[in-house]
Amino acid sequence: MLSGEKNTWTSTLDLAWRIRRHAVEMTHLGNSSHVGSVLSCADIVAVLYGAVLHYDPLDPNKPDRDRFVLSKGHSGAGLYAALAECGFFSRDVLKTHYQNGSILSGHVSHKGIPGVELSTGSLGHGLPVAAGMALSAKLKGSAHRVYALLSDGECDEGSNWEAILFAAHFGLDNLTAIVDYNKLQSLTTVADTINLEPFADKFRSFGWNVSEVDGHNHDELQAAFATGTEVPGKPHIVIAHTIKGRGVSFMENQVLWHYRNAQGSEYRDAIAALEKTRPV
Amino acid sequence: MRDNFVDTLTSLMAEDERVILLTADLGFKIFDDLIERFPSRFINVGVAEQNMIGVATGLGLEGWTVFAYSIANFSTLRCLEQIRNDAAYHEVNVNIVASGGGFTYGSLGMSHHATEDLSIVRSLPGVTVVAPADGWESAEATRALSQRPGVGYLRIEKNVPINTRLAGEVFQIGKARVIRHGTDLTLVASGGIIAEALAAADALLQDGVTVRVISMHTLTPIDCAEIVKAAKDTKAILTIEENTISGGLGGAVAEVLAESGLGVRFKRIGMQNTYSAVVGDQEYLRNFYRLDAPAIRETALALLKN
Repeated sequence: MLSGEKNTWTSTLDLAWRIRRHAVEMTHLGNSSHVGSVLSCADIVAVLYGAVLHYDPLDPNKPDRDRFVLSKGHSGAGLYAALAECGFFSRDVLKTHYQNGSILSGHVSHKGIPGVELSTGSLGHGLPVAAGMALSAKLKGSAHRVYALLSDGECDEGSNWEAILFAAHFGLDNLTAIVDYNKLQSLTTVADTINLEPFADKFRSFGWNVSEVDGHNHDELQAAFATGTEVPGKPHIVIAHTIKGRGVSFMENQVLWHYRNAQGSEYRDAIAALEKTRPV
Repeated sequence: MRDNFVDTLTSLMAEDERVILLTADLGFKIFDDLIERFPSRFINVGVAEQNMIGVATGLGLEGWTVFAYSIANFSTLRCLEQIRNDAAYHEVNVNIVASGGGFTYGSLGMSHHATEDLSIVRSLPGVTVVAPADGWESAEATRALSQRPGVGYLRIEKNVPINTRLAGEVFQIGKARVIRHGTDLTLVASGGIIAEALAAADALLQDGVTVRVISMHTLTPIDCAEIVKAAKDTKAILTIEENTISGGLGGAVAEVLAESGLGVRFKRIGMQNTYSAVVGDQEYLRNFYRLDAPAIRETALALLKN
């Protein structure tokens, strides 16, 4: 079992910044894809791990922990970075990401990695499993919550809508789904691929309690996570409006950075850009 | 056979409060008693098999022993990736129950004919695959799978008229059952179609052929020792399944035989890499696709003559 180091981040903003810094470095070292997707959801992941989720890195399977399922498994680098920064395993392990013999696969895996609740990578798997976890908590009378982070493109998958119906029908108000709504998917915009709008109305009509926030605003995210759980009997959805590639200006709103990673001068530029925005 | 599954599951739920049943909106009436006794542990997910296996995995990760029920193709092919990535990869105790194995729902047509499920599910690492031959095996397999870690696949049919249990016999996953002894030929069957193998064995006896009949109720893990023994003890081996001949029972036995280095006459009886295109009851379709006792006898005699 891997063991971790003590937290050194000072705020959720600092944690988010570190996740971004790790993501750029990890994808650079591993020559891997999806850096734009990690930058997109870094704030969501940082707010969850920095201020919302109850967990103990020394006892990762503690029964009353909150569960976090990363359904958009291609952002695995972001989750690995958050877990390392939160003491689940050493930050040094991050440098092996995506490389020969590493356990840190491009799409998130739980095998041998403390803190990862579910291996994902094929889209549309996380929410049904999270719904099962939430149902279990209900049946057992446990107070913990279950969170699942989805991508927007992922919402094309029918299995999600099966789970959305299910969660509402079974009154899983201990379940919070978050959609990282950066408006870009694999080939082009969400609007030009399979339009999700009116997105919030869809969830409302399916019986969910809807919060809509700026997915890079930590106060808004925290407020949504705090208050969205107050409607008894309704699962909670946080539609987080985000910018793909957020934090590195030349990666922002570009599909390209779903596939490409920063090498050479691009890498130096990306790191320099991030260093300038490091929270004090 | 299905009733034995339901009765055993009901007993398991009474014995252990961690046992829970999911259904994708199937099983009209058969679960009424179970629902009345354990209403909170009967979850109808609706017509949504992908979600059913996802939810099953979530429950499994939380320590539940899950049974997930639907008609064979729906609880396997429709949600195969959920079985692979979610349930099997996470090694949860989720037992997928496929009602209507083979041609059980013969008149309902190709959509309801489960003729590739054994092959496909057998290819998934870590999944225990069981196709019981009768009510007793069905009950025993239900109990055994609930206690066995990891994903299970239980392929059941409606009620079958035979009882293959021998006096004092104990059921064990992965341990084939020799239910008739003979030295000329071995018939290996999975599922209720073993009744055809037994009838063929009776007919072959009239031809002067003594037949060993093996119930290979577990396809994964396959009982290699019993197959090798049959190859040594008898002159020929025939596999019989209500499933395609590729990758199911026939495939599993062929793999063992090929790697054993033993030369033995061998033939697979099953669907000959084709989909069904006619309907009828199970007996009719077994006859139509040459899986019944007369076809087994004919194939056996030809194999022994070669």
